[in-house]
Amino acid sequence: MAERAVRPPWMEKPSALTQTGKTVILIVLTIVMLVPFIYVLAVSFSSPQDVRGGGLILFPVHPSLGAYSAVLAGGVVSKSLLVSVGITLVGTAASMALTVLMAYGLSRTKEVPGSRFVLILVLGTMLFGAGVIPNYLLVKSLGLLNSYASLILPGIISAFNLVVVRNFFMSLPRELYDSARTDGASEIKILLTIVLPLSKAVIAVISLFYAVAYWNDYFNALLYLNDTTKWPIQLVLRQFVLQGSPITDATANTTAAQQPPAQSVQMAIVVLATAPILLIYPFAQKYFTKGVLTGAIKE
Amino acid sequence: MATTAEVRTGADLTAPVRPIRRPLLARMWRERWMYVFMSPGLIFFVVFKYIPLLGNIAAFQDYSPYLGFQGSAWVGFHNFTRLVTDIDVGIALKNTLIISLLQIVFAFPAPIALALLLNSVLSGGVRRFVQSVVYLPHFIGWVIVIAIWQEVLGGAGLVSTVLQNNGMHALDFMTNPSTFKELITAQVIWKEIGWGTIIFLAAITQISPQLYEAAVADGAGPWRRLWHVTLPGMVNIIVLLLILRLGSVLTVGFEQILLQQPAVGADAAQVLDTFVYYRGVLGGDWGLSTAVGLLKGVVGTLLVVGANRLAKRAGTEGLF
Repeated sequence: MAERAVRPPWMEKPSALTQTGKTVILIVLTIVMLVPFIYVLAVSFSSPQDVRGGGLILFPVHPSLGAYSAVLAGGVVSKSLLVSVGITLVGTAASMALTVLMAYGLSRTKEVPGSRFVLILVLGTMLFGAGVIPNYLLVKSLGLLNSYASLILPGIISAFNLVVVRNFFMSLPRELYDSARTDGASEIKILLTIVLPLSKAVIAVISLFYAVAYWNDYFNALLYLNDTTKWPIQLVLRQFVLQGSPITDATANTTAAQQPPAQSVQMAIVVLATAPILLIYPFAQKYFTKGVLTGAIKE
Repeated sequence: MATTAEVRTGADLTAPVRPIRRPLLARMWRERWMYVFMSPGLIFFVVFKYIPLLGNIAAFQDYSPYLGFQGSAWVGFHNFTRLVTDIDVGIALKNTLIISLLQIVFAFPAPIALALLLNSVLSGGVRRFVQSVVYLPHFIGWVIVIAIWQEVLGGAGLVSTVLQNNGMHALDFMTNPSTFKELITAQVIWKEIGWGTIIFLAAITQISPQLYEAAVADGAGPWRRLWHVTLPGMVNIIVLLLILRLGSVLTVGFEQILLQQPAVGADAAQVLDTFVYYRGVLGGDWGLSTAVGLLKGVVGTLLVVGANRLAKRAGTEGLF
């Protein structure tokens, strides 16, 4: 995908017909991907008079923050956003710490006796899983039902992410480790001062993968949390948008007269549930290819 | 053992440098920090990935959470014979296989086609823009994706309102059981078509430019180059991914389908994974649903291992 300064002979300009065809396909594709987001965003900022007309709104004619002030005034939605932010931050930090440590521990299987066996145990979990019910029974017997730990612990390390990080560590030049070891540096020092500073790309991508997984998860919460006041944003979104619970339950401290249109409130919840991903996305984007492809290297 | 090691290393200090194999315990002690690093992760994998495998013994019991594994009665293979005769298991299996087939036929080739198209776009700026747009939905969770689709294609959604404003009937794509399987396939394509291109684009960049030069010298046009150079260069990865996809034929978007099942009903939207959830966790028939989950897990593992064999026999490297 590298940019070529001079266009090679086989990349001559295609015929006008092909060119038009490609352009049309790409424009349609971009519209299909982007317009739903823009529409949702526009509806969430629309005032009742904009929404009443219906139809395609790509820009709120009479912009209003009514929907946002209604859901963020301290009701169910604000609480669930806090829960999701907390789970995502704590979960991602814990996942990264465990993943990096274990990946480093498994990065020299030839020299560390027994570590190949541990690696095989890890890879095995990519082949088979216990299924929903045994997992539920385990979390129940550990006494984790209804606790926030149940949203983090059962998936704290992803075997796939672990393998990606491990392969990245193994791709670093061997001499780096050897010379540091000759100088008497401890493994923890090598990891913190030599390996990690060289691994920013993979750390960025894997943190994004974990954060997105924690943020988007609804099933663990559905399975393990009976107490609906502990719900994360995705379950609240499911309740008010997919299941159509009365939207007045989601808005706090508003009289009927001030009530923004239900559709705007629903879309405001969608936007709030999407916003954090859209905010991090541009920063991690340049590392995607690297992160995905280092995982493809075979053991 | 450790003493002899010390003696020998002591002696070796003065001897000419020569590689020595230290005894096991000495090597382990030397790498003690590596064990410290991997142990929290190892504990996680044992507790949360291996111990639950034991929970599958519920498949051979008339399991009740109040009685536990020790108190519940053993019933041998009774749950498995019930599973064969249960009509709902049959429906779930049929739906799972149909959805898998639709996804293999439509969702699997979509990123390949898009990768070829993106690769043929000459302007780097346009390509990067399209890539950042099409990668995005991959990161959006299913609850959000379905909420957005409902807002656009649902009964009160954008498309319906526009149709009604123009004097036509409203169309609700989201609650129609007869097109549900096509709907979820379309959703998968929308969400994953972009992200799926990454691995194919990487395969394309591995193709030697000399092959293209030679093809041009032989007078091959763009389509012939696509057919004779680009596609053969991608065939390894395509075969590998296709075979692995076939191996996971019993697994179809659980989170995606679970969210939409209430809108279309179980006849159209019950798959094996949702069956286990509804019949077991919600319905309390733990034994039967664990049996379904166990059978699905065993068959799924065998299929993946078999698929990997096939991939190797087909001349690719396989996954493991």
